[in-house]
Amino acid sequence: MKKEEGNNMENCADVIIIGSGVIGNAAAYYLAKRGRSVIVLEKSGNIGNGGSSRNGGGVRQSGRDKRELPLAIYGVKNLWPTLSEELGMDVEYYKEGNLRLGKTKEHIKILNNLSKNAIESGLDVKMISGDEAREICPYLSKEVIGASWCPTDGHANPLLTTLAYYRKARQLGVRFITGEEVTQVRKIKGKARQVVTKNNVYEGESIILASGYESRRIASTFGIDIPINKVLLEVLVTEEQPPMFYQMLGTAAADFYGHQSKHGSFVFGGSSGYEAFNKDNGTPTTSSITASAVCRGIMKYFPILADAKIVRTWAGWIDDCVDHVPVISFVEEVPGLILACGFSGHGFGISPTVGMLLSEMVVDGKTSIDLEAFRYDRFKAKI
Amino acid sequence: MSKVNDRSRDIGKYMVQPDDDIIICRCEEITKGEIRKAVYEGMFTITEIRRYLRTGMGLCQGQTCGKLVKGIIAKELCISTSDLESSESRAPMRPIEMRVLGNEKRGGE
Repeated sequence: MKKEEGNNMENCADVIIIGSGVIGNAAAYYLAKRGRSVIVLEKSGNIGNGGSSRNGGGVRQSGRDKRELPLAIYGVKNLWPTLSEELGMDVEYYKEGNLRLGKTKEHIKILNNLSKNAIESGLDVKMISGDEAREICPYLSKEVIGASWCPTDGHANPLLTTLAYYRKARQLGVRFITGEEVTQVRKIKGKARQVVTKNNVYEGESIILASGYESRRIASTFGIDIPINKVLLEVLVTEEQPPMFYQMLGTAAADFYGHQSKHGSFVFGGSSGYEAFNKDNGTPTTSSITASAVCRGIMKYFPILADAKIVRTWAGWIDDCVDHVPVISFVEEVPGLILACGFSGHGFGISPTVGMLLSEMVVDGKTSIDLEAFRYDRFKAKI
Repeated sequence: MSKVNDRSRDIGKYMVQPDDDIIICRCEEITKGEIRKAVYEGMFTITEIRRYLRTGMGLCQGQTCGKLVKGIIAKELCISTSDLESSESRAPMRPIEMRVLGNEKRGGE
């Protein structure tokens, strides 16, 4: 039975966060640290069950849209290096650089362009030869003729990072409730105030909407539409291998990306080209052709891994925004509401920065890094 | 449909038990005590325990320890094992070498 108006105090907090992904959990942690009471609502039975627990774990600055770069650089300088210590558990962060590999002249052209953009934005990225790349990572095949190299990039464990923010925020008194599907955000006296779920009503001074693709449905209940689609991506993991290298890897052809985890297994993401047309049965499901295609991609760059066994594959949906950068924004028509969605498959690396900025939006009403490029009303027709 | 699950409800404090050091997940060598402790740190589901500790993430993919882990979590939370969803099965059913999985030619190489 739904408890209507006359809400009990238990369901009231300074801030209600919708979505227990890495963004919502990070925001909850930084808000609790600044003394705010927080309730996090999660539709799924599991904490962080969307993209946060299904991505490849990249903590990259290179290859990123210019607009996102200040967030990525801030995180790599100020938040990621001490995150394990701060949250009291190992998030397996490695800052060993990112190699983006090329095998053909076409690839090198793509890499040159990407690097040029990154260098113009003030990032330490350079083009290196195939042999230089093999000096950094001796397991690369001879087919690699060049690469772009960003020494300050890296990776972390997304499962552990999401749960580490959850665990620490919970210790600080944040109330997390799973199995609470939000149906509506309701305004009271012109201000976003109530979050209605299938079972309860929650109330907060501020409401943060950070539920990936689901944000679109929920935002429509207060009349705002964010142009995001869900796109399926797949990841696979090998059995444990001896420690080999800790660089983050990508390719100009974008046929795979990944890294070796602390545990020893290799985590690789990739695509078959059929992702946009995969069967949608309501849950992200791997197709029969993608893992095979990813394996073929990997073996061309890393023949040494041909005998490594694949133990598991999985899929996840990204919330792909029309211009491929997120919406992190107040909403003028709905005071008290903050949007944090549309991360387009590269939200994990910037999640600590975004969590911190969301806490600033709530507590200070402004942010220490300019978020103008991520406004909710930036979407205009092409002519 | 998932049931409403308040992660701040009082489940008491973690108390050491004499058999806490027995290994439950053999592939990843995770003990009963580690699993019990994780529950008190907020990991209330099999999926969360997997992601937190790596139980069932090794070569057998939890085919050996799945039931045991479920029983341990249920006991700590004072709920029935039927209230806990098993973790999702993921392809491939058995570990497969990349060179085999990546080979789609009829009859192999």
